Amino acid sequence: MKIDPHLRDAVLAAVPSLRAFAISLSGNVDRADDLVQETMLRALANIHSFQPGTNMSAWLFTILRNLFRSEYRKRRREVEDADGSYAANLKSQPEQNAKVEYNELREALAKLPADQREALILVGASGFSYEEAAAISGCAVGTIKSRVNRARNRLAEMMSLDSAEDFGPDRETQAVMGGTHRR
Amino acid sequence: MTDDKPGKPEQPMTMHQNPQKDGARLSKEIQARIGQQLRSMYDDVVKEGVPSRFAALIEQIENSDDQPKDTDSSKGSRG
Repeated sequence: MKIDPHLRDAVLAAVPSLRAFAISLSGNVDRADDLVQETMLRALANIHSFQPGTNMSAWLFTILRNLFRSEYRKRRREVEDADGSYAANLKSQPEQNAKVEYNELREALAKLPADQREALILVGASGFSYEEAAAISGCAVGTIKSRVNRARNRLAEMMSLDSAEDFGPDRETQAVMGGTHRR
Repeated sequence: MTDDKPGKPEQPMTMHQNPQKDGARLSKEIQARIGQQLRSMYDDVVKEGVPSRFAALIEQIENSDDQPKDTDSSKGSRG
């Protein structure tokens, strides 16, 4: 298949941020890379529907987001991670989550409803405007704004609780001592 | 983008006379810290660049006669 070199380069150039988006969404590097690969195949198969001059990156993000959502629905039969299965999956595969330093954030992100997590990542990490994020998620700008706000507040709540615990009685010491006493 | 450093208060410390205000300030600091962590976690992946499997995938598609297989007929660009 002949691919227009400009389009090919634009697709490849978007891969690093597509991966970052996919990893943030799924919390799993292998699954994220499969998502990116499927996104590229889907994009190249439908490249005629890409409007030259429009934002290639936003177009690819839309495809990836929709793939993720439909896969998610298939797997979980629901959009929200109400039963915490996403979080459980995340914890069972720590070796696939590259950096330990972000574990706290990852765990907090995993506890957010999928739509809030998606909105926060698009606006807060990918750097899309509210308008672009709304187009990618297929919802109103106001909806994106409120999702981002709720996500920020919930994360702050979760992570300030965590840091309060960190500064409280030494948890590790307590665990060790508790262990000695109980055994 | 803000350039708040984690742990650095946005405003000079005030007397702790208004717990609600302190709470709001703390929450603002936490939000700034979370925002920065989120971006740096994301950017760490971006900096990894294009893994070879994706460049190879494009090459493979270019060298094949077929269209890339599109398992789902629906367009990806719809919400």
